Amino acid sequence: MINLNINNKNYELEVDPDTPLLWVLRDTIQLVGTKYGCGVAQCGACVVHLNGEAVRSCVTKASRAVGQKVVTIEGLSENNDHPLQKAWTELDVPQCGYCQSGQIMSAAVLLRENKNPTDQDIYNAMEGNICRCGTYLRIQNAIKLAAEMQRNESK
Amino acid sequence: MEPSKSIQNRRSFLKSSFLAGGGLMISFSVLPELGIAEKTGTLNLAGEWNEITGYIKITSDNIIKIINPNPEFGQNVMTSLPMIIAEELDVDWQKVVVEMGPHDSIKLGPQFSGGSSSVRMYWKPLREAGAAARQMLMQAAAETWMVPVEELTTKAGMIIHTKSMKSGTYGEFASKAATIPIPKGIKLKDVKAFNIVGKSKKNVEVEKILTGKPLFGMDYAHEGMMIAMIEHPPGFGMKLKSFDASQALKMPGIKEVFTLKLYEDGFEQSGFDTRSFNDLLVVVGKTTWEVMNARKKLVTEWEPAGDIKDIIGGRGGKKEVVVPGELESTTKQLEKLQAYASKPAELLRKDGDPETAFKNAAQIIERTYNAPFLAHNCMEPINFFAHVTDEKALLAGPLQGPGWSEPTLAKLLKLPADKIEIQMTRMGGGFGRRAYGHYLYEAALISKKAKAPIKLIYTREDDMTYGIYRPMYTATYRAALDANKNLIAFAVKGGGIPEHAIHANRFPAGAIDNYLAEGWQIPSNITIGAFRAPRSNFNAAAEQSFLDELAEVMGKDPIDFRLELLKRAKENPVGKNNEYDADRYAGVLKLVKEKSGWGKADNKKYHRGVAAYFCHASYAAHVVDMVLRNGKPYVERVFSAMDCGIVVNPDAATNMVEGAVIDGIGNSFYGKLSHKDGKAEQTNFHSYRIIRHSEVPKKIEVHFVKNEIDPTGLGEPPFPPVFGAVANALYKTTNKRHYNQPFLDPSTQQNTGENRKKTF
Ligand code: FES
Ligand code: FES
Repeated sequence: MINLNINNKNYELEVDPDTPLLWVLRDTIQLVGTKYGCGVAQCGACVVHLNGEAVRSCVTKASRAVGQKVVTIEGLSENNDHPLQKAWTELDVPQCGYCQSGQIMSAAVLLRENKNPTDQDIYNAMEGNICRCGTYLRIQNAIKLAAEMQRNESK
Repeated sequence: MEPSKSIQNRRSFLKSSFLAGGGLMISFSVLPELGIAEKTGTLNLAGEWNEITGYIKITSDNIIKIINPNPEFGQNVMTSLPMIIAEELDVDWQKVVVEMGPHDSIKLGPQFSGGSSSVRMYWKPLREAGAAARQMLMQAAAETWMVPVEELTTKAGMIIHTKSMKSGTYGEFASKAATIPIPKGIKLKDVKAFNIVGKSKKNVEVEKILTGKPLFGMDYAHEGMMIAMIEHPPGFGMKLKSFDASQALKMPGIKEVFTLKLYEDGFEQSGFDTRSFNDLLVVVGKTTWEVMNARKKLVTEWEPAGDIKDIIGGRGGKKEVVVPGELESTTKQLEKLQAYASKPAELLRKDGDPETAFKNAAQIIERTYNAPFLAHNCMEPINFFAHVTDEKALLAGPLQGPGWSEPTLAKLLKLPADKIEIQMTRMGGGFGRRAYGHYLYEAALISKKAKAPIKLIYTREDDMTYGIYRPMYTATYRAALDANKNLIAFAVKGGGIPEHAIHANRFPAGAIDNYLAEGWQIPSNITIGAFRAPRSNFNAAAEQSFLDELAEVMGKDPIDFRLELLKRAKENPVGKNNEYDADRYAGVLKLVKEKSGWGKADNKKYHRGVAAYFCHASYAAHVVDMVLRNGKPYVERVFSAMDCGIVVNPDAATNMVEGAVIDGIGNSFYGKLSHKDGKAEQTNFHSYRIIRHSEVPKKIEVHFVKNEIDPTGLGEPPFPPVFGAVANALYKTTNKRHYNQPFLDPSTQQNTGENRKKTF
């Protein structure tokens, strides 16, 4: 039995604490926005926030999340109104869409820490996220657009 | 639903049948030659929805729903196909609700995503369906208001009679429209009057994607669903000898472990029934993680499978194919390719007298190009849900061609087709991989045997190492020049494992008096199939590099050289059956020349490569601008020109071309699947290199030729010529021609002398 706080909700779960957080999210509590792409920390499809940091849930044991705050794509914003979600919509980024929640969760940490990311900052933060459809350029432009929206909001 | 008696007409047609609930259904069937079973009958009306055609449902309070018939794998059909209907129906796009249709070839047509065909094949039928529904709604209004239908107009879901100042919504007439016979000779809109098609619309599922809603097969859930995985042999050419599951069965959550045969001996496979392995060792358990762990506890012994006989049916009739049992290795395959390359091959096309021309040539240029197997690596690994009972089957998941899988499924399950329901989820990529329904059959048979609803999941490793790959290809090109450096003959001899890539009737066939194309192939147990224009993406690398080298030897600009050849093909074509339209081909080259500022001094800082290609039914050209960044080739900018006819959803189409460019750079730089003793040497993304964020161009400028040609398709055409343009830019950047893919793999690039033929 472990206790997890996911998207500000407490869960008491009957799972092996060694289970990767990814499968607890997907199989146990049916939060399927977090994706399985490789299972070995290579693709970024499974990125979630653990106490605000981007982690790969496929290699993060559920036990590591006990007593911490987990945020998934489902909890990123109340109404799909995070600047990244708005920018992603504006630039119509997704093709198949499978990688996108991981991309956004990685980008969200970057954007919180860096109000005006350069190309290099974006590469550094996003290099671990694969998009097989090749929407990278739109993702990068959407991150810049979101940063701009965020700067304008805080003015 | 009942099976139909006959197909009345071989072209697309509209049919109507009255429904018990008062709605009217129009359905059509296209491409019956694909063998898609045609069914007629009635359907249950969902609540207050009035079904105006198989694609359109309208409530009395004017909520308009459009059903997307074709599976979505990122090519935007979920948005662009409904846009076509909405255009002719004349509704406010913002108010339209779009829904994915189930598999139903009667109501929804051929339902196949692949071959860049979705918009091409649905263009006319969907316009007709939208126009017919609009006409029927107007007829209903005319009868209600007792005015001539000719006096009615529509505007954004409203029917208007100007003289009497009457107006009403489509919803008000939806149920009455059901009683109206199908209009004949429906007039379609003038292309110039389009106000939805041709205007960029956002992906209708973007919000669901960005908020993590269940959309994909991997996300599919069902009451009581178990997870199943297959433990495959470690390599191609092997099979299970024995296994001990006692430890695996003790693992938490595990329900059972069993073996299963996919196709019984003598089973007649159809074209898309390709499967890597036939004998399946299956683990069924409660959760994905538990099944993954239990697999590690299986004790297995494998043995060489030996030669296998497959029966393949299809249009040409039944044939027996022997799949060789050898445990293949890439190094050995390369040696075989070389040995076969010098043997006589099948003649594919011959114009003039190439032998004499080569004999009389002042100069002969000969180059050989190689490319490895490629894995699809769709972001969403292979998976499918199945719930099979003795009476019926429900299947749901990512699938490109339900109409091709259903007949096989019916045979395997011994169920009539109308007891099989297939739902298509959004796919996390496809690229051809999900045209092969074996995983859906596997899921169905596992569910039947386990007597439970199950979801079959391939891990990334399963997905990568038991694929249906892009074949391994080679081709040798030769050109003969006379003393004045005129091109007098051109020859290509292509081979591959297990098929060659040569399209004998494509450019430059038709442009050269003496032309020869030959092909040969080596059978293999490594399974291959569609891969975003598999043959074209190899050809466009090889042939377009060769033309580039040829232009250089001839002292010509590479674009002008191609345009000269195309002029010849247009004005005085050589031979018959030339597949391409020389004007459209030249059109994309001219457009990319203009937009890229080809030859302009301000582009001097870039090493530029150009290539163009025609495949499926569309034309593409790219100029790739390369630089050395930290000593490594980097594509910084790309200019693309496309001719795919009318562009339905321009921004989404641009996204698709950008993606093809990035996919092309990635695969040409890094894509490689190699084998050792039957085993794939790349098993996950740590060893299979995929292009990443920092390697993507800073700018990709996409231009479409503006014309009024019916759409000719876009998913594949922009992809192949990227390989050629990258190869040509690499030459300018590194001063070295790159003949072997992947271009940035160190092992492929010892391209001097004989070595260039031998390495990957
Ligand atoms: S699934 Fe976790 S990084 Fe790929
Ligand atoms: S949108 Fe398909 S993998 Fe990124």
